Amino acid sequence: MPKGTSIVAQELVKRFGGFTAVNRVSFRISTGEIFGLLGPNGSGKSTIIRMLCGLLTPTSGRASVAGFNVAEQPEQVRQHIGYMSQKFSLYNDLRVIENLKFYAGLYGVKGKLLTERIAWALQMAGLTGSETLLTGELAGGWKQRLALGCAVLHRPQVLFLDEPTAGVDPLSRRRFWELIHQMAAEDVTILVTTHYMDEAEYCNRLALIDAGRIVATGSPSEIKCTSIKGDLLLVECAPLGRGLELLKSRPGVLDVAVFGAALHVVVSAAQQARVELPAALASAGVIVTAVEPIAPSLEDAFVAMTGRRPDTSEAAQ
Amino acid sequence: MKAPAVQIEGLSKHFATGPAVVDLGFAAQRGEILGLVGPDGAGKTTTLRILAGVLPADSGAAWVAGHDVVHDPEAVKSHIGYMPQQYGLYEDLTVDENIRFYADLFEITSAVRKQRSGELLAACGMMPFRRRLAGQLSGGMKRKLGLICALIHSPEILLLDEPTTGVDPVSRRELWGILYSLVFQGVTVLISTAYFDEAERCHRLLLLHRGGALFCGTPTELKSKLPGGVLSMASAEPERLRAALADADGVLSAMAMGDALHIVVDNPQRRTPELRARLEGAGLTFGDIAPMGATVEDVFAYMVSTQPGDRGR
Repeated sequence: MPKGTSIVAQELVKRFGGFTAVNRVSFRISTGEIFGLLGPNGSGKSTIIRMLCGLLTPTSGRASVAGFNVAEQPEQVRQHIGYMSQKFSLYNDLRVIENLKFYAGLYGVKGKLLTERIAWALQMAGLTGSETLLTGELAGGWKQRLALGCAVLHRPQVLFLDEPTAGVDPLSRRRFWELIHQMAAEDVTILVTTHYMDEAEYCNRLALIDAGRIVATGSPSEIKCTSIKGDLLLVECAPLGRGLELLKSRPGVLDVAVFGAALHVVVSAAQQARVELPAALASAGVIVTAVEPIAPSLEDAFVAMTGRRPDTSEAAQ
Repeated sequence: MKAPAVQIEGLSKHFATGPAVVDLGFAAQRGEILGLVGPDGAGKTTTLRILAGVLPADSGAAWVAGHDVVHDPEAVKSHIGYMPQQYGLYEDLTVDENIRFYADLFEITSAVRKQRSGELLAACGMMPFRRRLAGQLSGGMKRKLGLICALIHSPEILLLDEPTTGVDPVSRRELWGILYSLVFQGVTVLISTAYFDEAERCHRLLLLHRGGALFCGTPTELKSKLPGGVLSMASAEPERLRAALADADGVLSAMAMGDALHIVVDNPQRRTPELRARLEGAGLTFGDIAPMGATVEDVFAYMVSTQPGDRGR
């Protein structure tokens, strides 16, 4: 489905004093695409979004959103985008309907369109009939959908979602993503940041961000396929602790970690390991009940791509 | 057979805002990781607070390390390490000073403290940061320091309330590595989480919904509760596939993912050709259709959707 390009970032850099928050970040996002920036807290995701919204000027590099240059035409950019932050930016002491009317006023939505869009937002959020409830009294999931409704009242072409599901329960999160996919199917372009690995699976394409840099780009399955050097095996054995110790020091084993009642073992050659590992464990008195290849998760991919020792990653902060 | 490390029977707690825990019962065996899993408001924190002896229950019984928490909450405190969501670290004290403060609270001798804190700091990769102020640590490191403080008196039972919320993936793995090594030493861990992917790391799960238990068992047992199975259909336009298949016969639920549609069906083998025909009839293009393992989230969503009088949130 060849469509236009809605967001372009070229060699974007943002420095705060001596600290480089965003380091030569480039990507292109097609119209109707859901693009995810995935990375830990402090990796530069929110800074990228703020530059693309025209709220923060890049130190160098350029970016355009909906055809407008973010540094030179920030006003036009803002007219064409919706923005929803992790804090939801709702007034808790206003009623549901008052929040919607406030945002409608802000975006200049008037007349017949106003009535139409507010009715649409209430229905989308599942808040029809609850217009007079105080926003502060809503559960997380309702509040989140109300914030989404406010962010898209003016039918923006591009929607920025900055950690939109932080603190929202998993079922509300599912419902939220259904709505996002419906919007994307209507050609809204969506850029979302998240540090939830499982949530990133909802994105069509991802960029993994680590310390201000993009370390990988691709669809969730592409990233999972290409990131891990070696193969991932699930090994069920008893006693587990003894199995862990034995495998740690075994040649051909790149990494081993406990996962529930089993071990996740990264090996350089799966076929060979599937024969050799059970034999080696058995000869040391460890009973092996299963060895099977499994698909890596995005978390596995992320840990492999960032390639950091945990303590050095912390030291950098 | 030893007595369970933690046992609860008919436990209930009401707040002014409504019931938080309703007639809850379960047991955790020595040396296991039991996950309290559920959305916000399911009763995870209340349950852990009652077990830690910091919140009285309205009714029911709870034993921790053989002590009756309801009648003698003080007796459990030396046996447990409790890490609430907002752990009480002193931001203007250093890492070492925080550890020393907690060691003094538990009346640990300085020789024991030195040895124990050395081991724990090394296991957490925190040795280089002993003189750093707690307020200047990253989120992941603060959680690790909290864990060290909660472990300084070598408790038999660890109660952790969402220790990984907001923690980056590398630190999260490290925290789990520490938990597994404690379990190998016989420690029992009760851990609450709102992340369903994390639930897979627990030995057993207690799935909580509105203060009650929906399920208690291993992740594998939980997944067998899903009738039928999950199919993954590769597609560049998963939302269009979802719209076309959502009301097809045998489809229990469908979620559009980034580059695939995940669809729960009553009978994967029988439905695959039917679904394929329907998509072809609608002129939609798609890639491989393959069975995939259900996730804890899939099963939870299914269980909640079949609860009487529940329309979800």
